[in-house]
Amino acid sequence: MIRFENVTKVFGNKTILDGISFEVGEGETFVIVGLSGAGKSVTLKHMIRLIMPDDGAILIDGEEITGLRHAALHEVRAKFGVLFQSAALLQWMSVRDNIALPLRELTNKPEEEILRVVDEKLAMLNLADAGEKFPADISGGMRKRVGLARAIIMNPKIVLYDEPTSGLDPVTSRRIDDLIVNMREQLGITSVVVTHDLHSALSIGTRIMMLHEGSIVENATPQEFIRSKNETVQSFLESQYITKKGKWEGMGHE
Amino acid sequence: MGVPVRSAERMGEKILQSVHNTGHAMFMLFEAVWFIQFAFGRRSRKETATQLYITGIKSLGVITVVALFTGMILALQTGLELRRFGQEAFIGSAVAVSMIREMGPFMTGLIIAASVGSAIAAQLGTMTVSEEIAALEVMSINPNRFLVMPRLFALIVMMPILSVYTNILGIFGGAVVGATQLGVSMQAYMDNATQFATNKDLYVGLFKALIFGIIIATVACHQGFMTTEGAVGVGKATRRSVIISFLIILVVGYMVTRLFYI
Repeated sequence: MIRFENVTKVFGNKTILDGISFEVGEGETFVIVGLSGAGKSVTLKHMIRLIMPDDGAILIDGEEITGLRHAALHEVRAKFGVLFQSAALLQWMSVRDNIALPLRELTNKPEEEILRVVDEKLAMLNLADAGEKFPADISGGMRKRVGLARAIIMNPKIVLYDEPTSGLDPVTSRRIDDLIVNMREQLGITSVVVTHDLHSALSIGTRIMMLHEGSIVENATPQEFIRSKNETVQSFLESQYITKKGKWEGMGHE
Repeated sequence: MGVPVRSAERMGEKILQSVHNTGHAMFMLFEAVWFIQFAFGRRSRKETATQLYITGIKSLGVITVVALFTGMILALQTGLELRRFGQEAFIGSAVAVSMIREMGPFMTGLIIAASVGSAIAAQLGTMTVSEEIAALEVMSINPNRFLVMPRLFALIVMMPILSVYTNILGIFGGAVVGATQLGVSMQAYMDNATQFATNKDLYVGLFKALIFGIIIATVACHQGFMTTEGAVGVGKATRRSVIISFLIILVVGYMVTRLFYI
């Protein structure tokens, strides 16, 4: 579904991605982890061509996207919904208008139908009472849920999550994790999640890839990831007090 | 050898960057001009009306004060000089021609660049650093249609209207100074003003205002979209937007005057 082939990206003198190759299959929840500055968000932005690679190829459903012109690029982007790190809601629009935006701008659906679909998403994400509020008036967790509602309003095949739990308290973070799992289980959506929160990654991921200094140091199921022999992975696991024994033993989605 | 080569490299990079930025700004402008046909379409009419209101109605207060005092200062300065030759009756024409040809559009351009232009740069800059522009692009919502076009349209429409408003108030301000400070009656002032100001002066002034509107919208939107570095970057973009707009307005104002009057 998503395939990176020897993708390289350099900013100034720093190599952010050093010829990385990987594949995300349909229906997967693919989690990219790594330290700050490891190139996680840059990898995510390559998938929707917000950033162009300096070298290598990116294929979405078999189609190479780096050379696409406007109309073809829009077709590819229509397959994606994106939850940005800051949720990226338009501040002057109410929650309802933010979620309705893609439907109003990209379809000719009548307003009554748009509002009906928006209300469905609001209810699905426990935001039924927040429709008339503005982004500045709601909590960080609610903003993420509004961002997620907007990301899935056009029924995309793939949803990208950039640090979905950053800045949230543990309880709200687990709620967001549950939502990501629900997206896969209920709607069959393929997800790519960027996070540095390994607890979250192990809970939601069907596959976890770790980036370090521009390279992939591990790409494995949660069960394999937690038993990785790679020193960088071991160190990353230990930094978040995750051991092979105890809570995480035998966990992860097959 | 090393230092001059590095300096030349840096200069070359800056020139290339400037050419790239200018190309980006021109592409943005052309695309926004193309989208103006949809200014009152179902998807854009609300934002277009909002921008017309912000640019036109919300700028009236500051424009009123600046226009009145510009006319009053012009009348006082020229009137005091003309009085030395016993020609103060001619301040009507001096103020009217100066306002309509130059000061009306110029002062309006500076005020709008400093108020509306800076607000546009700050808003779009904030949207850029908080990934709202990226979100629009991913949703296949063209930011040039969604954000630039309504602002460009509002400035194209409102700048000539505000310029006429500035002219009227400036000329009125001059009349007040003439009547109260220089002993020139309102009637004599207005007779003199209408005798020397021509239709060409008005058209050239309106043309300048229109061009200034395009300059302000293009510079402000482009600077907003180019913003990096978070809150500091938004501040820099806002400052650059005002400075670049001021400079281009000055240069273009001179060139238009030269084109039509020499």
